[in-house]
Amino acid sequence: MPIEKVCIIVSKGSLEGIYPGLIMANGARAEGIEANLFFTFFGLDAIHKKRMEHIKVATVGNPGMHMATLVGALPGMSGIATHMMNKKMDDFDIPPIPEFLEMISDTGCGIYACLASVDLFGLAKEDFVDYLDGIITVGEMYDLADGGEIIFT
Amino acid sequence: MTTTTIAGQAVDRNDEGFFEHPEQWTEDVAVEIAKEEGIDELTPEHWQVIHFMRKEYVEKGTGPTVRVLGKTSGVSVKELYQLFPKGPAKVAAKIAGIPKPRGCI
Repeated sequence: MPIEKVCIIVSKGSLEGIYPGLIMANGARAEGIEANLFFTFFGLDAIHKKRMEHIKVATVGNPGMHMATLVGALPGMSGIATHMMNKKMDDFDIPPIPEFLEMISDTGCGIYACLASVDLFGLAKEDFVDYLDGIITVGEMYDLADGGEIIFT
Repeated sequence: MTTTTIAGQAVDRNDEGFFEHPEQWTEDVAVEIAKEEGIDELTPEHWQVIHFMRKEYVEKGTGPTVRVLGKTSGVSVKELYQLFPKGPAKVAAKIAGIPKPRGCI
């Protein structure tokens, strides 16, 4: 049975935590698969109007960086790594998060924020991108995902 | 691979329905394949995308992804999904008689 529907949960706020979910959502829509994105916890930064412009690579606690933890902890290191990563992605024509998310919304993918996290962080609808489809409970997320696959990232 | 006769033209297509030989494509064939894909009538906007897909394929050897289509075809991403709800790059490539675009973004 081909996959007809996916719900992708983005729970992390780092660059490497956000992109995979976005790429999978975009790829699902490209295949004609119905898709919804549900942002929870630090993943909310991806749809936060101001913070989405400044998403950074984690240089500490990230073995994939191949960098000593103490080096990764130096001031400015995350900024440098992020700059390098963004440059590389630009070379491969991977759009920045704000542009990519807006395009994903245009493909018809639902964009949702987790109500519990929004309350926890003291955020409101106005803090998020205008094309946000809703701030919903986990129960409502399951309703949306009904009949499809759920992917947690 | 299966060979079928569509609009009087022999067409070789793979298991997913994409053309093996883009030169077997004609506009009449496109109309019939669009119907298979649930698009009963190809509007001028559909044709704009279809011809753009073929042009890109001839120039670059691969069909454009949705993002490239949205940026360069003159049709926005939103409109592309209205025209081809089952996936603009994929379905338009099928109708345009070119292989499936392989980009991830």
